Amino acid sequence: MADVKFTVDGKQLTAPAGTLLIEACKLAGIEVPAFCYYPGLSLQAACRMCVVRIEKMPKLQTACTTPVTEGMVVQTETPEIAQARKATLQMLLGNHPLDCPVCDAGGECELQDMTFKYGAADSFYAEPKNHREEQKWSPVVYFDRPRCILCYRCVRMCGEGMDVFALGIQNRGSSSVIAPNISAEISPDHLAHVDCEQCGMCIDTCPVGALTSGTYRYKTRPWEMNHVGTICTHCGDGCKTTLGVRSTSDGSEIVRGDNRDKSGINGDFLCNKGRYAFDFANNETRITQPLVRQPNGEMKPVSWEIALDHVGKKFRELRDTRGGKSIGVIGSNRITNEEAYLLQKFARTVLGTNNIDHHRTADYVSFAQALSGKPNRTASLRDTLTAPAIMVLGGDPTIQAPATAWNIRTNVRNNRGRLYIANSAEIKLRRQARAFAHIAPFSYGALASFIAGDDSAAEALTRPGTDATALHKFREAVRAEEQLLVLIGSEFRGADLKRLLDFGTTLPNRKFAMLSDYANSRGAADMGLLPDMLPGYTPLAGNTTFAEYNTSTERGLDMLEIFEAAGRGELSALYVVGSNPIARYGVDPAVLQNTFVVVQEMFLTETAALADVILPAANLYEKSGSVTNSYGDLQLVKKAGDRAGVRSDFEMIVRIADKMGANMHALVPFGKGTRADMGQSRGAQSGEADRHAIWLTANNLEPKLSPFDPFAILDEIQRLVPGYNLLRLQLLSGNDQHLQPAAPAPLVQIGNRRDLVLPANDSLFTSGTLGRYSAMLSDLQHNEGLRPPTGLTQIETAAD
Amino acid sequence: MPTLVSHPDEVRVLSRRFGQGAANIDKYVELDGYKAVQQAIAQGPEWIINTMKASGMRGRGGAGFPTGMKWSFVPKMSEKPKYVLVNGDESEPGTCKDHIIFLEDPHAIIEGTMIAGLAIGSKLGFIYLRGEYRYLLKIVEKAVADAYSKGFLGKNIFGSGVDFDVITQTGAGAYEVGEESALMESLEGKRGVPRIKPPFPAVVGLYGGPTVINNAETIASAPHILLMGGEAYAKLGSERNGGTRLFGISGHVERPGVYELPMGYNLKRAIYEVAGGIKDGKKLKAVVPGGASCPVLTADEIDVGLDFDQMGKAGTMLGSGGIVVLDETVSIVEFALRTIAFYQHESCGWCIPCREGTDWIKKTLTRVYNGGGSKKDVDNVQYLAENMMGRTFCPLGDAAAMPTLGFVKKFRKEFEDYIAGNKAGTPIITVEQLVGAGH
Repeated sequence: MADVKFTVDGKQLTAPAGTLLIEACKLAGIEVPAFCYYPGLSLQAACRMCVVRIEKMPKLQTACTTPVTEGMVVQTETPEIAQARKATLQMLLGNHPLDCPVCDAGGECELQDMTFKYGAADSFYAEPKNHREEQKWSPVVYFDRPRCILCYRCVRMCGEGMDVFALGIQNRGSSSVIAPNISAEISPDHLAHVDCEQCGMCIDTCPVGALTSGTYRYKTRPWEMNHVGTICTHCGDGCKTTLGVRSTSDGSEIVRGDNRDKSGINGDFLCNKGRYAFDFANNETRITQPLVRQPNGEMKPVSWEIALDHVGKKFRELRDTRGGKSIGVIGSNRITNEEAYLLQKFARTVLGTNNIDHHRTADYVSFAQALSGKPNRTASLRDTLTAPAIMVLGGDPTIQAPATAWNIRTNVRNNRGRLYIANSAEIKLRRQARAFAHIAPFSYGALASFIAGDDSAAEALTRPGTDATALHKFREAVRAEEQLLVLIGSEFRGADLKRLLDFGTTLPNRKFAMLSDYANSRGAADMGLLPDMLPGYTPLAGNTTFAEYNTSTERGLDMLEIFEAAGRGELSALYVVGSNPIARYGVDPAVLQNTFVVVQEMFLTETAALADVILPAANLYEKSGSVTNSYGDLQLVKKAGDRAGVRSDFEMIVRIADKMGANMHALVPFGKGTRADMGQSRGAQSGEADRHAIWLTANNLEPKLSPFDPFAILDEIQRLVPGYNLLRLQLLSGNDQHLQPAAPAPLVQIGNRRDLVLPANDSLFTSGTLGRYSAMLSDLQHNEGLRPPTGLTQIETAAD
Repeated sequence: MPTLVSHPDEVRVLSRRFGQGAANIDKYVELDGYKAVQQAIAQGPEWIINTMKASGMRGRGGAGFPTGMKWSFVPKMSEKPKYVLVNGDESEPGTCKDHIIFLEDPHAIIEGTMIAGLAIGSKLGFIYLRGEYRYLLKIVEKAVADAYSKGFLGKNIFGSGVDFDVITQTGAGAYEVGEESALMESLEGKRGVPRIKPPFPAVVGLYGGPTVINNAETIASAPHILLMGGEAYAKLGSERNGGTRLFGISGHVERPGVYELPMGYNLKRAIYEVAGGIKDGKKLKAVVPGGASCPVLTADEIDVGLDFDQMGKAGTMLGSGGIVVLDETVSIVEFALRTIAFYQHESCGWCIPCREGTDWIKKTLTRVYNGGGSKKDVDNVQYLAENMMGRTFCPLGDAAAMPTLGFVKKFRKEFEDYIAGNKAGTPIITVEQLVGAGH
């Protein structure tokens, strides 16, 4: 829309016509206070705090509902306006319990801030405040009713934002109260509850302390924590979560997760896992000392020096006596890119083996290969918010990738995005879809063919009792879209996935993304935790990129082959970094009885229980580095928590290599290249550190660099891994950047590869092995069992 | 059933069929019923709107917006269906004029709805009846059914090729839905909370379609205006206030009732002549001239013409035409409390100043009434009311604040005397006693 000129507080401003005055003011740095206004949600004009004086208007006007117009002259802070706001606050404070000293929101409360600003501190009411009992709506959502100022943000967030509609308004006037969807009358325990996705967005948007989080309430005050913005370890969306960290006697404890700064790839959104499921780190069963199995079978705590020495010696001995090919390495989809890269490099160059794999949750190999040589065909998570049309094939973003689902809903609601869904299940997102193709179970292969133009595949797709016309219409509608973002579920693998992408890339303006599970599933594959591929999906044979590895060109054993080899007695050692393959793949523990097993873990998992050495590991919230989300968006991980006794996987790999007598400068190129402290200790001044390093290098003064600094290897990743030509400054600034890793060379045949993809199938309240150690996720699972038999209220909404 | 009243000063236009059994469709037709709508069909939308404009008819709901102009705002072309909505949610305390139309002349409302529909190009009208008027629904529904059976409603009305349907609906008992956009929300089955304006109903109204929403009295006047001509109707009233209006005079008068008086008629004369003066020869104390939301007039302020402009000049409003007369025995403290108690009960709770303001004024006045007040309380009540004025989401906040301000400003001395002398005769309760120990 055309720009209009208008004046606010004497400043000449311009904004596109139709921009809400409150937003236009915000852009110009003029703060207009508001309780009920929330960008992206429907307008309320209920709190009356954003009143401003507009020339030629008889009354004060609400800035949240007034679009700017040409020549508009606005005053936002006059004595009249200040008085209006003060009076509104006085009316609110009459009933608001002034329990700020114990309220969770104290210190980050919008009502507190405004009272401070407008000085409504004097009270002239003699009557008692209206009191209502507090309610526990779920293990994570508590409603302190007297504190509620009825801004209805939570109601709109739940309904419009989440498409859950668990909250509503009961009664009227001063008896109005926010009420959840499970009333006391129908609740098994006769108390009111929410039956919802437990995302906590209601808490996030609450301007006061009426809605508080079960994990955080009454624990500490906001100013007593450090707030570290890092990437969530749970799903593949890679949301930024701000972890509130507090010092403890043995490190620093994470006490809160929220979405405080909203600067991340996830914008406003954070789901229940990002918000609450950090508590595994504080689980009392956490291992904090290295454990070495004694001849009598017992695990004995030992010092780090003894443990590492033992592992180094053993690995060296087994490599030298039985050969590197007798050693297997299993990495993780929750470790950083730097760790994953280092792990495969360590395996290939120090252990001398290509027997490397990880739990694959989507077929990124086929994805990268199909898109190899076709630039600008992959989508970022950010694109899901703005794409004019999106097609979701398979998967269930609501559960698997909540931020993706949030973006898609927001796109449909606010940007009039058109959504097309084909799925064998009636996934919740279909409620936003323009067209939903409910296909037959297990027919995703046929779906790929059908979309690619094979009409004969329609029969296999059609569910009994339905006709194929709808499918044809669906396909026509999708084809008619000029721009389309195709979101692919992990159901599509190998040849099917290639068929879909090969066809899709013949059409202009089609971008693709592949859904996976866990924080760094994509990064693990990109970094080459694969038996047949080097980082960036580079073939073992015939490449010059990784010549310095000087590694075997023969493919190694994959995940299942490693255990098969163990069963045959051919696996001398198994090195497991942050993974639980025994439980995930249902491996018979007996196969490992003659294998030397080293496990880097936080807990005594099914796999760790079989280990000869357990090295207590830090989790993603306790280390620095980078991760790549499902879409290929690279982001910075910052160290938030700390626990005495544990070490990062990076450090452990380096130390083991050192104990093995490896060339450390070859493994971790420390001491050369540019040095940065990566913003970890200097924050905004990290650029300063970079410049300092450049100066040092220019003057032949080697910058000091520790081999334990994960960023020591970032240079090498940047230099060698195809597609990881990242912008370091972007990364360090905490911004996301979209990468398109794919080796350019002709690659191995896709159809002949074994399908090793095993989707995690997590629910909203599980997160693999790690999730089992989160008390809050356990509580939420238990809570799910308590829901009344009716289940979620299904509200069918028409997407116009 | 209320007894119909009459007075020689009355000018009977709207009420001319009252008392003649016009709820019966044949009787209604006999009394020139459904003639205006046929004329409207013959003359077309532009003529209807021009006639309404010429009539000087201003909305009888209370805001006094010119009806012809309102109808002309509806866009001619619309992708969504257009609607006519009759606001029969008469709930302003002291108002009982629509009630008598529904009772005595329901077909006038149906015919008026059709005329409005023809004017804006709508094919569907809704008659929304106040929840507490549910007992009138039978009458209205019968009238609608009779109109259908005569072929006056439905397909091809009066052979015009135009279809028009009417649907009746009752509210659930909320004053708030008398506000036009809240009424639309209620009609759509949602919480009765007003909508943000703009867009105004004429552009985006019921179910998102362009909608004309008028008070029942306004709608019922339309057939009469078309029959007698806009100019002739306008001449009955005062300057810029065309026609006549139903005034419900209640309270301490000898002959309370609904009278049809020309716009601009003198209030004092209405009380002393038309309604027969103050009951039992007592002295007049105050008049609430247009429903409970209008600022009160003292006994020496009532020599004023009953139209929108003159009442505005007098610092009050014509409102809904419900004149409540208070004699010398009335305690203004009690009356003010009763008034705010109504608005506190009816506030929808949407916006802070109305929800909290009405509640705190009511709480404070309750304490004052119970004998626990102080002089400061009167200041606080005034402060709260002043800070509600013009700051609320919808006019309900103003409706609560305006009378409150009127009472405390014009009768401040009575409040102070009451507080000083505890005239209610109840023992003075301290704040501590009232609040209770332990709080």
